[in-house]
Amino acid sequence: MRPETNPQPVPLLREISTLLAKDFRLEWRQRAALGGLLLYVGSTVFVCFLSFSLRGGQPPPPAWNALFWVILLFAAVNAVAKGFMQESPGQRLYYYTLVRPQAIILAKMLYNALLLLGVGLLGLFLYTIFLGNPIQDPALFVANLALGAVGFATTLTLVSGIAAKAGGNGATLMAVLGFPVMIPMLLLLIKVSKNALDGLDRGLSQQSIVTLLALNVIVAAVSYLLFPFLWRG
Amino acid sequence: MSKATIGIIISCISLAVTVGAVWGGQRLIESRGRCLWKWVAVALILGSAVAGLLIPVPRLPIVNESIRNLFFHVPMWFGMIMVMLVSIVYSMQYLRRPSARLDILAHEAAKTGILLGVLGLATGSLWARYTWGAWWTPDPRLNAAAVALLIYGAYLVLRGSFRDDQQRARVSAIYNIFAFAAAIPLLFILPRISGNSLHPGQTGNPGFNKYDLDSTMRPVFYAAVIGWILFAFWLTQVSSRLTLLQHQHDDQ
Repeated sequence: MRPETNPQPVPLLREISTLLAKDFRLEWRQRAALGGLLLYVGSTVFVCFLSFSLRGGQPPPPAWNALFWVILLFAAVNAVAKGFMQESPGQRLYYYTLVRPQAIILAKMLYNALLLLGVGLLGLFLYTIFLGNPIQDPALFVANLALGAVGFATTLTLVSGIAAKAGGNGATLMAVLGFPVMIPMLLLLIKVSKNALDGLDRGLSQQSIVTLLALNVIVAAVSYLLFPFLWRG
Repeated sequence: MSKATIGIIISCISLAVTVGAVWGGQRLIESRGRCLWKWVAVALILGSAVAGLLIPVPRLPIVNESIRNLFFHVPMWFGMIMVMLVSIVYSMQYLRRPSARLDILAHEAAKTGILLGVLGLATGSLWARYTWGAWWTPDPRLNAAAVALLIYGAYLVLRGSFRDDQQRARVSAIYNIFAFAAAIPLLFILPRISGNSLHPGQTGNPGFNKYDLDSTMRPVFYAAVIGWILFAFWLTQVSSRLTLLQHQHDDQ
């Protein structure tokens, strides 16, 4: 029996929500990947704890900050890398016939942002338990963490699509392609999170936060425009 | 007129000049037979190099005679930015209408940009060694330059990791546009936000605006900028012609 073709186009938002639900369901069914990611964060934090405990206790705040973001950066690359790579070419062709490419990239970005936000909050929690909590402005820190999660997700989603096309060792290629693009964002994030750690006046971080927001919008818009070309191949 | 209005007018003019230069650059790179502009490039670069070493310059604190690096270092960065913009436009044209020729042009333009970027880093580093006492400092401007070169290094690595020509051309065009849009504007904004840069034109040393006031330096500087930009286009033309010929030879 031939499936009925729908004469009315499905709204973009419905396509996105369906794809998002599909991604979450897939993640839940293949719990090994999710578990691996959580263990990755956990064991990295634990290794940091062990190495700092050699020198007796907590790291100084600048080191705390730098390590936190490095851990998050690598966790983000690992988390996003599997997004496009775990899909087979047949699966991609199947999606291609069903939905718009714009829906795919937006759904993937949204999914990665939520995933990375979860990973970031978990990382912060573990970090606080093992390495202490020198944050003086927690609200700003968490808001910055959320901006960072969204920023990493928007940047790395398209990069992971590119790396998946290249085949071979995707994770290495993703780091090579993604890190230079992310350095400006990372600099801003580390600056704001340092301000939050030191409990400086929020007015000082305002400009950086606005720039971060604008950057997220630019990157998401460019990904939205470019992804259809990537998908067509 | 208020300061903001003048700022907006200047931004609009520089945007128009940039767009015009990119368009003209593409015409020059693709042109055949005409070689007057190459003589102009040679004359401008040679003239600005000789004049740059000979003309009297103002004695400013810290920089002193090393101010002459303005005639060499800064035009190289101008040339790099111009030729990379040309590369981006070729990548956009490729996505619109794919052809091997546009891909080669985008690639060769990016390679010329890398060469000029390395030259800019080298001249800047040498200057910093004698003016600041270190080859490299954690300055926002310097970090920005390093990030720009890392991005184009990644572009070359990406190109190297494909077997299929069309796939390589399309995906690298996408990365070219994406990386440029995501990182390069910020590289111009970040040094201005952080505000604690030592680089001339920022807060630390006497700035570019002060040099600009000096009317003997200005014509030489502009000549050098135009000369180096033309040189970048010329280099791209030669290398893309060579690659196109190799391409045709392989096809036969």
